Amino acid sequence: MSHLDLLTFARGSALNWALMLFVAGIGLRLFEILGLGRKADLARPRTITPGSGWRTIAMRSLPAEGMLKRDPVTYIGGYVFHFGLLVTIFFFAPHIEFFRSITSLVWPGLPTALIDASVVAAIVALGVLLAHRLNNPVKRMLSGIGDYVAWGATLLPLLTGYLAYHHLLTEYTLMLALHLFSIELLLVLLPFTKLFHTFSLFISRWYNGDWFASKGVAS
Amino acid sequence: MKHAQQPDILPGTVGEGLAQRGITRREFLQLCTTLTALLALPPSMASAMAEAISKARRQSVIWLSFQECTGCTESITRSHSPTLENLIFDLISLDYHHTLQAASAEAAEHARAAAMKDNNGKYLLIVDGSIPMGNPGFSTIAGISNHDMLMETAQGAAAIVAVGTCASYGGIPKADPNPTGAVSVGDIVKNKPIINVPGCPPIPVVMTGVLAHFLTFGGIPELDAQGRPKSFYGETIHDRCYRRPFYDQGKFAQSFDDEAARKGWCLFKLGCKGPVTYNACATTKWNDGTSFPVQSGHGCIGCSEANFWDAGPLYEALSMPVSVTPSMLGAAAVAGAAAGAAITWHNRSTKAAAKAAHKKVTVQDLTREEK
Repeated sequence: MSHLDLLTFARGSALNWALMLFVAGIGLRLFEILGLGRKADLARPRTITPGSGWRTIAMRSLPAEGMLKRDPVTYIGGYVFHFGLLVTIFFFAPHIEFFRSITSLVWPGLPTALIDASVVAAIVALGVLLAHRLNNPVKRMLSGIGDYVAWGATLLPLLTGYLAYHHLLTEYTLMLALHLFSIELLLVLLPFTKLFHTFSLFISRWYNGDWFASKGVAS
Repeated sequence: MKHAQQPDILPGTVGEGLAQRGITRREFLQLCTTLTALLALPPSMASAMAEAISKARRQSVIWLSFQECTGCTESITRSHSPTLENLIFDLISLDYHHTLQAASAEAAEHARAAAMKDNNGKYLLIVDGSIPMGNPGFSTIAGISNHDMLMETAQGAAAIVAVGTCASYGGIPKADPNPTGAVSVGDIVKNKPIINVPGCPPIPVVMTGVLAHFLTFGGIPELDAQGRPKSFYGETIHDRCYRRPFYDQGKFAQSFDDEAARKGWCLFKLGCKGPVTYNACATTKWNDGTSFPVQSGHGCIGCSEANFWDAGPLYEALSMPVSVTPSMLGAAAVAGAAAGAAITWHNRSTKAAAKAAHKKVTVQDLTREEK
């Protein structure tokens, strides 16, 4: 099998299965979580603050006061990583073409040099966050195998994409195929690991905001 | 052209042929300098190459054409002639090429047999076209199946050059569903050195360069994992493309011949396969260095790669999925939702069962534990 054959497989059957498992997995988890339901809150709300759930979704994405001093590594590393990852996924022109082919939506891309910088920033941030996780006794105790698998599954697409673009380690076609395989691994793992926070964080933030508001805590 | 004054011309050599055609030493050295550059050899090798080729005897060449469109022969024979490359080609002894030769049928086959006998173990075998394995009758020459003719002729060859993607990898005849059972030369000939010169068609100067290398060094050039000379197939079209800076700037043509395409912006979004195609088109170009497909406004289709025809749609970007459909994803979403609903039902049943099994405890049921 030539490298181009491998790439065709990665773009073809392998990607089809990965996307189907991803979509099915997301559907399954959302139904599972939402289907659990909550007991009806019979207490009268202390304050009437409509939209608290939605506000919390936005507010919790902003830096919390005092966090920079309390845990600067997690604070800065987390932002750098997530920002770098989002820019890389959604603003690299070939990635936009991928989304266009599936959703028919299209938006402007960024120059490759900026994407390259975002990838490097995200990879460095991941490395720093892993070191911090291993060195911090509390974080280390709280970490399980799932956390390290999620870390690896997130790193691989960034790393293989960077190596492919810069023609490092192996020739481009093979590295591009490996890049796609790493993305497919991420797609399959995402619904069934902590990576599902990509979706569930919005649900939990909305619920917390709405619930706290009814208890009299403004978002 | 001026007549050469070459003191060391040996009879029956390429040098003699060049002199007869009035090629000067300077002109010949210019060609050799170009070839050494193309072959990624040091500049000092130019004079060594000129010396070696001048003194080489005319190389006996047998050219077999199987399942092909004659595009490879067209490409090589009609390469901006007359040029020195053409003349070099003229100066090999092309003993058999049934498309080009005047003789036909028995006479042609006799020429092949005579060349094989006279140059046993020394002749160069050039093959274009794939070989049908499904039924010998799919493609025959003088009643001989392609397979039999290849195996017979390959036996006494010093080396084999598979010209074009069909001979190198099966090409378009091998494209799914491969109705003739087409295979490449390398699939069935295992005991001879094979140089793949893929392309649909291959660039003429690549062919000339490979031949020059064979005449100069008496062997085959350094090959990549797909059997192609690294000097010509060492870099991708994308990396050597003049539109590459626009890729890096995120500037892309949105449709063929739009203003962006005419400004030279990248054709990636129009399906250009340059990033995964190894060939020399972007550097040597075609028609005497005039242009190449990407320069004329059409993306690279990846014709020098094995199975390029089955490697996804030609006009969709390389980053697009090959075959995913909305119905496929819709079905997956429905399946996921159904599985989620089943799990929800199971969870709620478990919850209801736990609730039903729960016994109420009253104050009367509680007894103080005596110490």
